[in-house]
Amino acid sequence: MKNSINTKRFIEKLQESAFTYTLISIIIGFIVGAIALLIAGYNPIESYGKLFGVIFRSTKNISYSFIEYSVPYILTGLSVAFAFKTGVFNIGAEGQYVMGSVAAMLVGAFVKAPAYIHIPLCIIAALAAGALWGGLVGFLKIRFGAHEVLCMIMFNWIAYYFSNFIVNLDGVNVGGGKTWSVPIADTAKITISDWLPGLSPKAHFGVFIALICVVVIYYIINRTTLGFKLKAVGFNRSAAEYAGINANGSVLTALSISGMLASLAGALQVMGVTYKVSQFAGQEGYGFQGITVALIGGTNPFGVLLGAEFFGAMKFGGTRFDAPSEIVDIIMGCIVLCIAISSLLRMMISSNKKNKGGV
Amino acid sequence: MDQLLKTLGIVLNATLMYTPPLLFAALGSCCSEKSGVINIGIEGMMTIGAFTGAAVGYFSGDPWLAFLCAGLAGMVFALIHGFACITCKADQTISGTAINFLASGIAVYVCRLLFAGNTETHPVPNKLPRIFNGLFEWCNANLGGKWGEAFAKNGFLDNVFNTYASAYIAFILVLVIWFIFYKTRFGLRLRAVGEHPQAADTLGVNVSLVRYICVALSGFLAGLGGASITLATVSVYRPSIVIGQGFIAIAAVIFGKFKPQGAMLGCILFGFCNGLKVVVGSSGSIPVNIISMIPYVVTIIALILFVGKAHVPAANGKPYIKSK
Repeated sequence: MKNSINTKRFIEKLQESAFTYTLISIIIGFIVGAIALLIAGYNPIESYGKLFGVIFRSTKNISYSFIEYSVPYILTGLSVAFAFKTGVFNIGAEGQYVMGSVAAMLVGAFVKAPAYIHIPLCIIAALAAGALWGGLVGFLKIRFGAHEVLCMIMFNWIAYYFSNFIVNLDGVNVGGGKTWSVPIADTAKITISDWLPGLSPKAHFGVFIALICVVVIYYIINRTTLGFKLKAVGFNRSAAEYAGINANGSVLTALSISGMLASLAGALQVMGVTYKVSQFAGQEGYGFQGITVALIGGTNPFGVLLGAEFFGAMKFGGTRFDAPSEIVDIIMGCIVLCIAISSLLRMMISSNKKNKGGV
Repeated sequence: MDQLLKTLGIVLNATLMYTPPLLFAALGSCCSEKSGVINIGIEGMMTIGAFTGAAVGYFSGDPWLAFLCAGLAGMVFALIHGFACITCKADQTISGTAINFLASGIAVYVCRLLFAGNTETHPVPNKLPRIFNGLFEWCNANLGGKWGEAFAKNGFLDNVFNTYASAYIAFILVLVIWFIFYKTRFGLRLRAVGEHPQAADTLGVNVSLVRYICVALSGFLAGLGGASITLATVSVYRPSIVIGQGFIAIAAVIFGKFKPQGAMLGCILFGFCNGLKVVVGSSGSIPVNIISMIPYVVTIIALILFVGKAHVPAANGKPYIKSK
């Protein structure tokens, strides 16, 4: 008897938890992916088996999936999620990411210092660039009433061409008609696979920095006055202002922090994986995919972490896949769509409960 | 003088090349946002339109059929967005983001299936027609050639007015949409639904239906926008072809304060700056990447100096939940 009550409570709790819906969404995403695979003439069970087989095949692949491919998504996802909490849609993470990578590349290549100074210096430069790039949008919004989404879309492109401009400057360009920058100095590299040969070649300790960021952002949102203010502004700007919170200041702070997170992703990618900045042919999409990750994670920092690991692993699996790798995009799109739709399900279940309670 | 006119002709020619895809998409975005549904998925709908246009154009050889199919393909994705946002009351930004992912994934996926693993389609045999092709040359030849350089082949008039049919359709559609918005009963309802759905509902307007129509229309227009890239400007689809233009179109709508005529100005501003880029870029004195920033910087400056705060439709982004 007691047992059945516990089970009932457990089921109720499950019904209320966002995690359940995310899980269901992921399953539906894979089912749609399976249909797409069937249409293309692949055996979905075999293909999925291969996909997960690749991800977990060796420590090297696990390191690829969960470190190399995931770290930038953790940070851009956090960036978007954090801005969401303040009611700002940070579609500008893409540009902030690019500015961070350019700043880290410049300091990494042209400053000479021992590693214990050089690495922090690169990171600080990137953070400054990101805070500036994010904060500038906040400033335009506050001072001129400019629409932040519009500004961010513009800023993404300005950052994109700015990066291409820098990469092609004499002295920065590696020369010989190549379309990438000079490499950063060895003292600025953060790769750890030299010490841990089992890992993928470009595993880097940026993963620890990303994990620290997850905890710090969680702490800021849930345990500090700043986080409280930001959330209050996000929920109801007028009410927050009435309560004496400086809404403009909050937006500026949130966008700066958000910008720093995205730019950190760019910096770590340069310092740990690419060692240089290449001329873009199209936007790389780390920032835009950060939006997806933030949504899969339900804008909760730890959710974002899981979402990013999942996303990164799928991306890596997709590159070693016999079916077209775009299947990953289709699956991800379905998952996000289902997460969006699931709010209806949740509403139906909760209203059902209320009705029962009333009678 | 003639030289200046010729240069201006080239700039305007490029302007009219870049503007129509944006304009179609911007009009689409306008329809959707006016009725209170944020449509971030414009980018994805353009992508699927661009691909469908190129694929149908290649297999059928009929650019108009391809153009229509592209619109319908965009509409299918818009209806998914509509189902999520209107029926399921989903978060509109989330749904739009999902549509972007889904559409670009499916476009490339199907492209690989149809074109032997390539992410690029084969070129379409027939592009959309240029309506006034040869007209000005004819004038020049038959009117004694005394009308000067402006009438010559690749002269000013030829450059400006001899563009693809899609450009003309786009500009005519601005008028049509403006008329629908501000001069018809449906337009009044549409705006009411976007500003105050409760009030509209009390007066017997079917909020969901109006929103569905608007979202479907936005997808159709965005699809046309995508196809006007692959069926006019270039003749193939490749994954990088749309990138960012859907977002630029959304930017143009915000810039134009959610009015079709304003959105058109935004699109022309973008197109014109891109046209300038072609001319200034060929002179080689300024790095091309700096010139490429011009449209975006100009937009921000214009936004700060002249446009000011946009009036967003009051119910934009809010699902309508009927009270009992």
